[in-house]
Amino acid sequence: MKVAIVKYNAGNIYSVNYALKRLGIEADITDNKEALQAADRVIFPGVGEASTTMDYLRGHNLDELICDLKQPVLGICLGMQLMCKSSEEGNTSCLGLFDTDVVKFIPKSHEEKIPHMGWNTITKTNSDLFLGFDKPEFVYFVHSFYVPLNPYTAAQTGYTLPFSAALHKENFYATQFHPEKSGSVGEKILRNFIDLKND
Amino acid sequence: MLAKRIIPCLDIKNGITVKGTNFVNLREAGDPVALGKAYSDQGADELVYLDITASFEGRKTFTDLVKRVASNLSIPFTVGGGINEIADVERLLGAGADKVSINSSAIKNPNLINEIAHNFGAQVCVVAIDAKKQLDGSWLCYLNGGRVKTDKELFAWAKEAADRGAGEILFTSMDHDGVKEGYANDALAHLADTLSIPVIASGGAGNMEHFKDVFSIGRADAALAASVFHFGEIKISELKSYLCANGITVRQ
Repeated sequence: MKVAIVKYNAGNIYSVNYALKRLGIEADITDNKEALQAADRVIFPGVGEASTTMDYLRGHNLDELICDLKQPVLGICLGMQLMCKSSEEGNTSCLGLFDTDVVKFIPKSHEEKIPHMGWNTITKTNSDLFLGFDKPEFVYFVHSFYVPLNPYTAAQTGYTLPFSAALHKENFYATQFHPEKSGSVGEKILRNFIDLKND
Repeated sequence: MLAKRIIPCLDIKNGITVKGTNFVNLREAGDPVALGKAYSDQGADELVYLDITASFEGRKTFTDLVKRVASNLSIPFTVGGGINEIADVERLLGAGADKVSINSSAIKNPNLINEIAHNFGAQVCVVAIDAKKQLDGSWLCYLNGGRVKTDKELFAWAKEAADRGAGEILFTSMDHDGVKEGYANDALAHLADTLSIPVIASGGAGNMEHFKDVFSIGRADAALAASVFHFGEIKISELKSYLCANGITVRQ
């Protein structure tokens, strides 16, 4: 099993790599076209700002490359947001793999702090990423922008409103939360991603 | 629902945990990684590692420790101590820390907050504030671990830090710290009213009720404590069951 992590200016690349190592997986951190295309699994992490990150991806021709991947791909946090059509963060046009836009949280009360930071539950899971989940589980979130519920929503979380905690369409999977920082629950999700059956 | 967080804090000197630890059945009691892992297994939501070494050598040891923590722990952790410039932040985040906490350096150079937020995102920047209530009722901030009084007023400074891009405020009441009679809930509730970013309460935890109060009365988003956890007076798993039974949302 060859696992590749897309190498770019994202903040959590090494955390993702450490998490995979704890699962006994030696991943290849690379921006090499052939290496990414040849991998069995590709992880597209992300911590940062949408417009600067998209500029970087385009500048390195990684945008088209990611969209053309055929193996299971997992976007994490900003990675998931960049897989959508556009983001309100820096009015950014994104990869468009998921036909939905990313918008900013608008707090309904003073108690709803932005960023949404900390442990929150995921419910209504409906993807193989969550195989074996039979109750709401806590996972770790840090974000100020969110993906509204849409036909690709694969898990939901409530904060100011119900939003997409995960997305799934064909070979593209994504989580708004950080499985690499979500303790044993996160490890289970990463393990499920690695163990996905290829179509 | 977003859970209230429980955060053990470990003081690190020359790569080992200080403040004493009498964790039963934990062979390497002083090893910050083993201790952090034990807390994580008990249900800690995050960890804070504070470098209290001042020397250059000590700082290198701490960076190596951060790498070991990052590779062994699957929960987020914040590091603090000796962070004076962007290069320090880069070094620690590069080693795998999720957030950095700045205290005196932020008061001396408030622009550091803007720089961190701009370069790495607001969520990375925790601004720690040590403050003490004065005889006239006002709260003033202190530098260098409480040794130097400043003329900065707590609530104004916290608001300024948030406006500059801090992702969280870690507030320690110097009068409550170490006394174990509960957190400074009045000041905390006022901070909660003032700020639109999360507040981490620190200083004063002595029993489980103090945690319930800091979340309900102090309206803190997270509670940090050291000795009650290090000395095994409160077990995090039991604390969480207690909070849950008292209607407070926690991760279990």
